[in-house]
Amino acid sequence: MGEAQTKAPGTGTGSQVQASAERARKARVRAHWLLNTPALIILLCAASGPLFVVIIYSFLTPGDYGGIEWAFSLDGWFSVFMQRDIFEGTLSVADAHMSILWRSVRLSLLTTLTAFVLGFPTAYFIATRPRETRNVWLFLITIPFWVNLLIRTFAIMELIRNKGVINTILMSTGIIEQPIQMLFTDFAIMVGMTYVYLPLMVLPIYASMEKFDFRLVEAGYDLYATRMKVLRRIILPLAKPGIVAGSILVFIPSLGAYVTPRILGGGKNMMLGNLIALQFGQGRNWPLGSALALTLLAMVMVALLIYVRGVAKQDSGRH
Amino acid sequence: MTGFTGIAVLCFLVLYAPLVPLVVYSFNHGSSLAIWEGLSLRWYYSAWENELVQEATIRSLVLAISAAVISTAVATMAALGTTRTSPYKGLTLVYALINQPLMVPEIVTAVALLIVFAVIRAATDYHGMAYLILAHTAFCIPFAYLPIRARLEGMDLTLETAAADLYATPLKAFKRVTLPLLWPGILAGFMLAFVISLDDVVITELVKSAGQDTLPTYMLGQLRRVITPEVNAISTVLLAISVVVVTIFFFLNKEKR
Amino acid sequence: MKLKVLIAALGVSMMFSNGPASAEGELNLFNWGNYTNPELIEKFEKETGIKVTVTGYDDNDSALAKIKAGGHGFDMVVPSSNYVPIWIEEGLLLEARPDQMPNFENLEDQWKDVDWDPGRHYTVPWQWGSVGVMVDTAVYDGDINTSSIIFDPPEELVGKINVAPEMGDVIGTALRYVGSEPCTSDKEALKKVRDLLLEAKPKWLSMEYGVIEKIAAGDMAASLYWNGAAFRARLQNPDIHYGYPREGYSLWMDSVGILADAKNVEEAKTFLNFIMEPENAALISAFARYANGVKGSAEFMPEDMATATEVIIPEEFKASGHFVPPCSPDVQAIYTAIWTELQK
Repeated sequence: MGEAQTKAPGTGTGSQVQASAERARKARVRAHWLLNTPALIILLCAASGPLFVVIIYSFLTPGDYGGIEWAFSLDGWFSVFMQRDIFEGTLSVADAHMSILWRSVRLSLLTTLTAFVLGFPTAYFIATRPRETRNVWLFLITIPFWVNLLIRTFAIMELIRNKGVINTILMSTGIIEQPIQMLFTDFAIMVGMTYVYLPLMVLPIYASMEKFDFRLVEAGYDLYATRMKVLRRIILPLAKPGIVAGSILVFIPSLGAYVTPRILGGGKNMMLGNLIALQFGQGRNWPLGSALALTLLAMVMVALLIYVRGVAKQDSGRH
Repeated sequence: MTGFTGIAVLCFLVLYAPLVPLVVYSFNHGSSLAIWEGLSLRWYYSAWENELVQEATIRSLVLAISAAVISTAVATMAALGTTRTSPYKGLTLVYALINQPLMVPEIVTAVALLIVFAVIRAATDYHGMAYLILAHTAFCIPFAYLPIRARLEGMDLTLETAAADLYATPLKAFKRVTLPLLWPGILAGFMLAFVISLDDVVITELVKSAGQDTLPTYMLGQLRRVITPEVNAISTVLLAISVVVVTIFFFLNKEKR
Repeated sequence: MKLKVLIAALGVSMMFSNGPASAEGELNLFNWGNYTNPELIEKFEKETGIKVTVTGYDDNDSALAKIKAGGHGFDMVVPSSNYVPIWIEEGLLLEARPDQMPNFENLEDQWKDVDWDPGRHYTVPWQWGSVGVMVDTAVYDGDINTSSIIFDPPEELVGKINVAPEMGDVIGTALRYVGSEPCTSDKEALKKVRDLLLEAKPKWLSMEYGVIEKIAAGDMAASLYWNGAAFRARLQNPDIHYGYPREGYSLWMDSVGILADAKNVEEAKTFLNFIMEPENAALISAFARYANGVKGSAEFMPEDMATATEVIIPEEFKASGHFVPPCSPDVQAIYTAIWTELQK
């Protein structure tokens, strides 16, 4: 590993030391790049590279039956934000797109929050089990995910539909008289996404907590610290990288979710993923679809950048 | 933290509750997912008889394992290459590239891949599974990378430094010290990648060639027509397999200690 | 250790990586998911010795995009009637002349020459059906042969209505409801439809595909949907009935064609001829529960289908059913705008 070379013995003159330190630094950087290379090659081939196609497409003219015509046009980008009324021809802000965007952001934030509230204690719970059983608990988190996403989503539907398990139980115990309409609401979408993405929150948090020596917590108690204090001062800072990773892993896929809104939301209200899919499908407007996707990408990037900057500032402030 | 244990128990309950009706209806005699018509193994038999289902299931598993293994391996290397170092030129770019599959909705990657792969297919006349494995590996990388990186961050360097002094070669130090310390992160990353690959519908649907239906794309076809408890039966079998895997894993782990 | 696993995994995956072979005696059919009867394939393989691989797709547009991109390895595809002209125009289908095949005479006369494939130079019927309304008559026992069930629903049905999430079918049916035609460029009619849909939407429960179980179990009480599904739902719950809107309803026919860049053309032609045999066409219908358009296939079909009013359109409603043409790109764009506004 690169770290091995950091302790170059410091004999000789100052300039020699400087030169050898420079060489060591360069070797280290080279080693790091070497380590990154396989991942980067795969990503360039099958993720980032093809994305250039999307960038190019966003500036072209839609083909008559899907696909594109090789003619430059800014219409795709234009219609992301503005719309010309189909009947009056007046220009206005594309409020349909904006409200879909807002719904996606709102539901994704709620999903991330719920997943955190459920996932953090669970990760803590697993991390404090005896070492040899931890992996089993981890597996228990992932077992439901051997069942395909579509089927899991259907399983949730079985639970929350009007004649489903929950409503039947509530009604037979006399708590409610009319079934509660849960299915086909934004609530259902949020529940579904939380369910689907929960392990993406638990696993990274667990990974960051696992290495932690929980005797420290006991020591904290011994020092008469309150639970909240122990949580805030010791556990949360420690789990922070995991929490960051988990939140990103839940939030971003939620933003682009396609299957869950379609099935649990009853397809009445679109999210961004559905809007983009519509343009690549029946809408036959690939440039608009591409532009919408890139808008989403840009938003996520900006949010991440602000977030990472914030975290970095906080860290450097503390040390 | 007794409150935490309560929430954790709740969390496990929530995770498993929807599976109960799922498993129960796999034994339904009728062809409905909502009306119970008596106990029967009919749908297990029908899934067993259905060649398409069997092939799709095996294909899904092979694909998920391949993608998870490759993506975890390269993600581990990338995690080592991007953490515990003073920032170097291009580091931000590396981050961006690694996380990029997360930020683009699946449908967009899918269309982009469809176009690019179609060109390669036409040029090489190769129609095999490599396209799917490559596509899955790519979108699994961030999922494998993030837990490993979270584990690496703040991992104590002193042990490794000491090891480097003792063993002299960095490779040995890595094998004996870094890897064991990193293991929980790698495992978490692998499991995430596996599950994510197993779940994918949209990208697979557009990338697959003739005869490459996976379980999810097979089910997608049923979505519009009619869904029978057959898919419940398949899911139940997959659940049973996963339980067996966990059990084996548990005993293997025990023996090692 | 990891390397070994990797090699093993790659080894296993190679077993599956042959891809579609193009040797003689192979056929790659690209059809709607869960739409091909395995018994039909088995019978074809036994009779001809040709090995068939079936791969599924989920909608017309993704199938079109995939084939258009090229390098796909498929021989045959099954687009819907309103997409067939697009496939032909884009040069994606082979002019296989099924009208000159021996079994062509088995087709019912009305399908021998159709608007979307004049003279049947390209395609052969797979299945056909209609888009109508399913109603739970235990909830609402009034007239069900009208699309007002969906667009201006009676009190009993408000909040219990599902609409198939199919842009073309929904807007097309709505256009007929306001007295116009699908794919019209008449802005007044389109505007009326937009207002109609926006007003009706709050009275709907959902826009999704999982209709059969839910309407049979009572989670919803009406739906704009396909006839074959209505038939299945009635088998589960006898109160579910299917109405043919007198304001006009859409017909569709999924049609099998050979791709222009198919590698196994002869095998594909054999398949086209094969499915025009009444006994084989009956197998298609027995699986997905739609009519097939081949004379004499009824006697090989499950008995319950021969009398089902969902499958066999009663004489009095025949006149109001029409096939839908492909919409022009301009109209398609307006459709999309209305659809987006409806689901925002």
